[in-house]
Formats: sequence, C-alpha cells, structure tokens
Amino acid sequence: MSANHEDHHHAPDGHGRALRLGIGGPVGSGKTALVAALCRSLGPSLRLGVVTNDIYTTEDADFLRRAGVIDADRILAVQTGCCPHTAIRDDIAANIDAVETLEERFGPLDLVIVESGGDNLTATFSRGLADRQIFVLDVSGGDKVPRKGGPGVTAADLLVVNKTDLAPMVGADLTVMSRDAAKVRDGKPVLFTSIREDKGAHSVAEWVVGIVDTWQHQHAHTV
Amino acid sequence: MHGDMAMLLLADSRLPAGGHAHSGGAEEAVRVGAITGPEDLARFLRGRLATAGVVTAALAAAACEVGSNPQPGRWQRLDAEADARISSPAQREASRTQGRLLVRTTRRIWPSESLETLAQAVPDGAHHPVALGAAAAAAGCEPRQAALAAAYTSVTAPATAAVRLLGLDPVLVHRLLADLAPALNDAAHEACVIQADDWSDLPAHAAPALDLLAEQHLRTEVRLFVS
Repeated sequence: MSANHEDHHHAPDGHGRALRLGIGGPVGSGKTALVAALCRSLGPSLRLGVVTNDIYTTEDADFLRRAGVIDADRILAVQTGCCPHTAIRDDIAANIDAVETLEERFGPLDLVIVESGGDNLTATFSRGLADRQIFVLDVSGGDKVPRKGGPGVTAADLLVVNKTDLAPMVGADLTVMSRDAAKVRDGKPVLFTSIREDKGAHSVAEWVVGIVDTWQHQHAHTV
Repeated sequence: MHGDMAMLLLADSRLPAGGHAHSGGAEEAVRVGAITGPEDLARFLRGRLATAGVVTAALAAAACEVGSNPQPGRWQRLDAEADARISSPAQREASRTQGRLLVRTTRRIWPSESLETLAQAVPDGAHHPVALGAAAAAAGCEPRQAALAAAYTSVTAPATAAVRLLGLDPVLVHRLLADLAPALNDAAHEACVIQADDWSDLPAHAAPALDLLAEQHLRTEVRLFVS
C-alpha cells in the first residue's frame, strides 16, 4: 500500500526549506544567551525562526521576546512533559510541528534554531529534527567535561565552550579543555566564547553563516 | 491485515506522536493535591477510564469504521461529534494538538486514503480519538482494536505522568494499570455497540472534575506538561 504514496510530509533532503539548527547543552551553560546572540548577529541578514523547549514555563521564550532580538511572533515554545531529551530525540513530533508552523507563517526562512531544554551530556538531536547541531558547555561545569565526552560533546557539529571570562575564578584550564575536546571530537570544531562580553557571539555566528551558505548551495530549489 | 501488531504500535507510549508531553489532567491533579499517592491515582485512573476513556474509545472505534470508507463529510461530522463531547476548551485544544501530531506521524508510517482524507477534511487537526481511529484503520485494525488502544492510552498517559511527578514506584503503578484490565475490556465493548452512522448515540459521559482540572492547568504558571 505504501508504494503509491510518497513520504512528502517531511523533507529529509531539505530542498526549499530552512536549515534546522539544534542547540543543546546542560542547564545554565548559556544556550538561550547563545540563541539571543545569534539572533542579534544574524537577524539583519538572515530570515530566522526560533523554537524553544522550556522545562517548566515559557521562560526561555519570554527571555528572547523581552530581549527584543527577534520579532516575538517568530518564537514558538514547546512543552516537554518532564523529558526535554525525549522531545528532541525520541519523539520529535511537537518540535517538527513548531518548525513547520514557523515556515508556513513566515517562510521562506533561512534558518530555524531549535533550542533544547537544559539536559545532560547524553542529549543529542534526532537527525529527523536538526540538520546540524551545536552543543554548549560552560567552563564553570569543570574543565573535565570535554574529556568525559558523551554524545553531545563528541558528535555535535560545533562544540561551544562558554563563560571563558569565569575560567580564572573557577580554576578551569582552557588549554586542557581545548586539548581534550580536540581529542574526543575527531577534528570537528570547538569555539570558546564569553557571550557576556561578546553579545553577538561573533565567532559562532560566523560558523552558522558558513553552514547556512553551504546548505543553501546544496539544497537550492532546482525546479 | 496485521491489526494486532498495529494496535500495539499505536498504544505504545514510544510512538513518536507527541503523547509524552500530555498528562491527561494528572499534573494539575497532583498540583492541587487530588493525586498524592497510589490510592488516589487508582481512583483517578478508574474515573478517567469510565468517562473520558469510554468516550474516546467509542469515537476511535467509529473513526476506524469511517476509515474503511473515508469521505471528507463523514470525517467532519465525526469530528464535530467529538467536539461536542469535550466541554473544556483547554481539553479540546489539547485533543486537536495531539490529533494533528498523530496524523503527522502515522501518515508517514501507514500512508493511506484514510489519513489523507482526514488531514484534508480537518486541516487544523482532528480530535485525537478521531485521528487514532483513522490511523488504526490505515494500519489494518478492527474498530475494537482502535477502541482498546484509545482506552488504554487514556489511562497510561496520566499514570506515567504521576510516576514522573510524584516519584511513585513504577512497578506499583503498572500493577494499578493491570488491575484495570476488566474495565478496559468493558470500555472497548461499550465503545463498539454503536456502529451505524447515527453517532448521536455514541457515549457522551461527562467528567466535570477533569474539565475543571484542564482549565486550571492552562492557567497555572509552572507546567511541565501541555495538558
């Protein structure tokens, strides 16, 4: 029966739709601050949408709306029923629904950012939801975290180590973090940021522009 | 067809259709102190099965029957019957959201005329039991299997939510679910009695406490679940 029906409700090949970028990481590492920074840096040049996965309330979505970095209507909040992890990996239905709602309302878009709820080091995005993903750590979680690895640290397309301004205060050795991350990530990029000091997270924004360009080049509408 | 297997997939909480984020009123019941432990939870589940569970099972069975001969007008009429049986606007919204996500997921698993016509007839999202019945038909289930899956998920969702929210012993909670087997059978039986197009006779049990919980839940600031 399935032979006559193409699976056209989902576009794994990505033609004609925005790049979907997942941003995950532990609680308090700076995911929402990074989303705000990317909106600040990329808003003028890219057509954006944002989906947040709050754990309790719509706090992250509200923070972004108050920050005024993106039109409030372009932010949708998804609730995750005690399991932020489930909503980005095992049962992505509500997140896909939110992403497609944004594309229908405001499309065409260049980039939809999906911010996960704060979770642990094993959290990763399903490939059915995110085309690329960033994992955000912060130095105050301890400089051993990159060595411990976990799917988020090892497999994300970009690892961001945030709050470098706090490194001297918490005794974190950035050289150790950089060396360990390089070892477990097999050459994939790592960027160190202090979003408190660099409100546009410019190095990360530059990386995102690169992947959006590549995506659009590869997935341009050919019909 | 392979109705038994399809029924298991549809009833499984791991079906990726957004169900994990709904507590069926359990989150608010926990917040206001109506569920504090296994005894309260057992009563809550029994009450939910006898009211919302029977109604949802009957609608799913009717939808499964429509799915074998799907027409846009029949979907719209059955969806209106579901609408009339859910008095709380918050629950109607939650039901449509779950229905929309279920159709999104199941039309990729079981591509079919049943689900395509439903998606076109009710584009903003059919009610959850209607979507469940349509998916069951697409997957090769009989109406009774659709009813069982609907009745079963009407109690497993709040049971799982209570385990997460109160830290209840999950084995004990599964025992409570197992104890509901006769009631679950009765619900599925009642759901399949009416099988004509005269859906006005479908069960319409009201559960005012569940309606109130759903409305309060929507106005509660700190929420982990959608409903």
